[in-house]
Amino acid sequence: MKWLALAILAAIPFALPSQSLVNIAMLTAFSAFLGQCWNIAGGFGGLTSFGHAVFFGTGAYTGAILQTRYGLNPWLGLPAGFLLGAAVGAGIGAASFRAGLRGSYFALVTLAFAEVFRVLSNSTDFTRGGLGINIPLNLSWQNFQFADRRATYAVVLALLVLATAAATWLTRSRFGARLAALRENEDAASALGVDLVQTKTLALALSGGLTAMAGVVYAQTYLYIDPTIAFGSERSVEMLLVAMIGGAGTVWGPLLGAVVLHLVADISRNFITTPGFAPMLYGVVLLLIIALLPQGLAGLWATLRERIRRA
Amino acid sequence: MLEVHTLSKRFGGLHAVRDVTLSVPKGQIVALIGPNGAGKTTTFAMIAGFIRPDSGTITFEGHDITGLRPDRIAEAGMVRTFQITQPFAGLTVAENIRVGAFLRTPSPRDATANARAIGTTLGLAPFLDRPAASLTVAGRKRLEVARALATSPRLLLLDEVMAGLNPAEIHDIVAMIRTIRDSGVTILLIEHIMQAVAALADDVYVLAQGSLIAQGPPRAIADHPAVIEAYLGRGAAAKLAAHA
Repeated sequence: MKWLALAILAAIPFALPSQSLVNIAMLTAFSAFLGQCWNIAGGFGGLTSFGHAVFFGTGAYTGAILQTRYGLNPWLGLPAGFLLGAAVGAGIGAASFRAGLRGSYFALVTLAFAEVFRVLSNSTDFTRGGLGINIPLNLSWQNFQFADRRATYAVVLALLVLATAAATWLTRSRFGARLAALRENEDAASALGVDLVQTKTLALALSGGLTAMAGVVYAQTYLYIDPTIAFGSERSVEMLLVAMIGGAGTVWGPLLGAVVLHLVADISRNFITTPGFAPMLYGVVLLLIIALLPQGLAGLWATLRERIRRA
Repeated sequence: MLEVHTLSKRFGGLHAVRDVTLSVPKGQIVALIGPNGAGKTTTFAMIAGFIRPDSGTITFEGHDITGLRPDRIAEAGMVRTFQITQPFAGLTVAENIRVGAFLRTPSPRDATANARAIGTTLGLAPFLDRPAASLTVAGRKRLEVARALATSPRLLLLDEVMAGLNPAEIHDIVAMIRTIRDSGVTILLIEHIMQAVAALADDVYVLAQGSLIAQGPPRAIADHPAVIEAYLGRGAAAKLAAHA
């Protein structure tokens, strides 16, 4: 029932008459996908990252460089981005988890990695430095460039389904059970045979690989990336906001979070046009959620359902 | 089954554990007792891989496990519980036990079935689907044991599972530990409650100020002058003997 309702909701944008409405749907699904990617490590594993842009940017540059420098088909950017993003995740994970970093220390290290990648991409010729990379316009589906936003929406939706399937798998599998255990208590998990470094590193690699695919889609949609777009901290913040507002560590949290954030932002944009108002509003919403709903909107849903059942 | 040889650990100037040698034969219940601060929990933590010893060796079933990580030691078949219970607070009781069960099976269905069966055996059946955070102290102690048992250990390290329990609960848990031993699991336990030790242990080691001061069956240990002095102070044994 829930699945059917969701499928119908997700299909509505295909029937929308205006491209700008489809665009809003696409951006919402894109946010939900990014939030879900962050959620896999940050929510389910408690690996609170402030620097997921490092994966997003890795994917964006991978896709862009492979086609502009090496003439590869842009579709290959998706698997290549996934692999490189996963490798970066495994590298950052192995380095920081082996050193025993957790909590805010891990958060700071991820932030630092994203900054290092931004500075590097800004200063080497290989990434065309601060000029950024232009992807030549060539609209055709073989070339992974779509004139119709509905096609982009379809690609993003497919990725969102993939990430949500991964999140669902985490709620059922042994890997997910171990990840939840170490999130709750590392010593106890370790005593019960959970390999902490390996489990956390794999989670970050999976999360990083998926996030990088979002970067590839971004590059193909806007046909331009530069160091700030790719590795800027705003991307990292948006990802964790979406997951935390919706409910970190739940399967549906990032979807709820993305819908609510975009509704709030898009509706407010129609009334207030002051620049910088949207981020401010995000901040207020986040503060309210943290103060009133530490489990996010998904937590509110669970609490309400419990109350109704008891009544 | 478990051989600990001249194990030592210093924390700065404090010699927490000094040359501890002990042996746990298969199928027995061995107790490690001693006053507060004697180094019992440190010894345990070293055996289970949580603290790296400065010197000494730990051999489990013929394999040197000194310095291995806790998860490797659990995989080898030896698992500990915590004196201060460490539940996965956000998970249900059944999910807590399941983490242990997953050590021996990758299948979620088998792990869940195992976890529920073990929880039921240990009297946690009514709480299986409740959050672990909602358990009482006695419930949490049982959960510690249930999670550890779910890993199918051959040697179980119990760190003060009776502390904080009332006499009726202690009675129950003593019976539970016997049942576990009878099912073929060897047990090394730290305990403060002498009645429980007397009722359970085949062999007792006494630790005071980091060193072993006595070893033997519970009855002999209770009358050992060095043990009485460790607990009651210098000269206490002689005074007791004079009164007798």
